[in-house]
This record gives sequence, C-alpha cells and structure tokens, in this order.
Amino acid sequence: MDMTVTPHPALNDPLQRALIEAIQGGLPLVARPYAAIAERLGVSEREVIRSIQTLLEQGVIKRLGVVVRHYELGYDANAMVVWDIPDARIGEIGRRLGGVPYVTLCYRRPRQLPQWPYNLFTMIHGRDRAEVLARVDELVCSVGLEAVAHQVLFSRRRFKQRGACYSAAAGMPGDPASSGASR
Amino acid sequence: MGRPAVTLSEAERRLLDEYQRGLPLDPRPFARVAERLGISERQVLDRLQRLQDIGVVSRVGPVFRPNRVGVSTLAALAVPPDSLAQVADVVSAFAEVNHNYEREHDYNLWFVVTARDAVQLEQVLETIAARTGLEPLNLPMLEDYYIDLGFRLQWT
Repeated sequence: MDMTVTPHPALNDPLQRALIEAIQGGLPLVARPYAAIAERLGVSEREVIRSIQTLLEQGVIKRLGVVVRHYELGYDANAMVVWDIPDARIGEIGRRLGGVPYVTLCYRRPRQLPQWPYNLFTMIHGRDRAEVLARVDELVCSVGLEAVAHQVLFSRRRFKQRGACYSAAAGMPGDPASSGASR
Repeated sequence: MGRPAVTLSEAERRLLDEYQRGLPLDPRPFARVAERLGISERQVLDRLQRLQDIGVVSRVGPVFRPNRVGVSTLAALAVPPDSLAQVADVVSAFAEVNHNYEREHDYNLWFVVTARDAVQLEQVLETIAARTGLEPLNLPMLEDYYIDLGFRLQWT
C-alpha cells in the first residue's frame, strides 16, 4: 500500500500550521476577516495575508473563496464513476478526463484486487440521473473508452459532509462542525 | 429533473459563480467583492451569511490540495443494507471522517478519512474495521489529474 506522503514544508512552520487550523473551517464573515484571524493568532494582519498568499503559491491551498454544496443547489445526482484503465494509458486518459468541464474530480487510486479492479475515479454532477448518465456516455465516446470497464456509483444518502478538519486530526480541540450531522 | 434548487438573488448567483476562487487578499476582501458586484460590503456579508445559513455554501475559505496538509484516503465498506444507517453513524462519529455517503453498489458506504500522518490514518481504519466488523477498502489518491477551478454552475 502506497501511503507514503511527503508532508509539505509549511507543516514545519508553527505559524503556518496554526494559520491552517484557524482558517480550515472558513473565514469569519466580518469586514476584516484576516485581521480577526491575526488577532486570534497574535500576529499582524499583513502576516496572515502574506502567509495565505504563500500557501496559495505553494499549492497547499488550491483555491480561496466560496465553497458550494452541490446538493443544496439542486445538483442532487452526483455519481462517482470508476474506470479500469490500462496502467500504460492512465496518465494520458486521466489528464483528458480531468479537463472535461463536468468532471469535478479525477484521481488515480490503487486497485484492490480481487475486490476492486478500478484505478481511475471521476466525479460527475448533474441535476438528475439522466443528465449524469448522458455525460458518462459522452465521455466514453469522446475519449474512446468503449473497451474500458466502468461503473457508475450514484450517491444516495449523505451522512456527513464538511471540510477536512486537520485540527481534530492533530489532536486539537475539535471544531464545532465536526459533530454536525448532515443536513 | 432534479428537485428545484433554492431561490437565489442575482447577487448571490454572482457570488457563487465568480468567487469560488480568488477571494481578494486585501484587508477588506468583501469590500473589494462589493465594488465588483455593485452592492455594499454589508450586503455581501449578509448574502454570504444567508448562503451559509441555508447550507448552499459550506464555508468561505480555503480548499486544501489533498495530502499536502496531513494525509487522507478514500475508504469504502460493503455494509449489509439493514445495518447501513447504524454503521454510517459509527463512521461519521470519527472527527477524522469528513465526507460519508451512501452509494449504489455492493460497496455502499464511501467516506474520506483525513489524519495528520499515515500512522493515525491506519489507526482510524483499523478502529472502524474493529467497531463495524467490516474490512474497509483503502483507496488513497496516487495522482490528481483535475485542476480545481471551482464548480461550474448552470442556472438554466
């Protein structure tokens, strides 16, 4: 099992670590959110802004903004579509699928034979099942995946959804969201 | 069609369309957003608060790249249908579990586990196995082919 992950250097910086813990649940919705965070951490507003800038440049933060919940917007048909791609072609096909507008996640993951033969995971959202299935068909044709086994796993119930909680993982006092059941 | 979505104002739609990324790194980020949308800073804050309250927005803040801060994995359990809700509760109770969904498959419970390091991650999976009597599939991400530009919404 490949579980080796190189922790990002930002993790070794106590300020960055504290900042990540302070902002992971979202910024306070006040006029000067970075100043509010700064006050909690005992640093300056400029330092907070500069640190977030650095995390964005380093790619630790992918994006900073409004995080939407698809289901509440009526995109209630979300399907995880998994593919058994020949290893030699996975990079090429992964990059092509990852660039399709309605594919919202595209990860390579290990097969777990014999139970699980699929190595490429895509997420496809749609406003209903028919739209999702039409998009899967379109992907099969446009990328030439007719010979590739795939399965469509529609979501049914959502038991829990929230941002990753690294502070809980680090043994810090849990954030209030962590106990929240799904809506 | 899917169930009708909540009714959103023009300003709220623009917040969702235009600010999934690029929240200004300015001391008054919402004032900068307000200037672009032609409304007041107070209105931007009120709109965002409402979107959060009704659950359309989970937060205004960062999306971290997987496995840069801590480690995570996607895991799945094949749960007998009769005990699915019960097992889901056991899994959701872990602070390290953030997403937990039922999906249509023999592997019918899918969840993401995030931990500080691989050792802690392994412990969580082992504890889940012990408490549920079910062996999780452990499917850590090996490569990310998706460039996250935020979710493209269609309003029609």
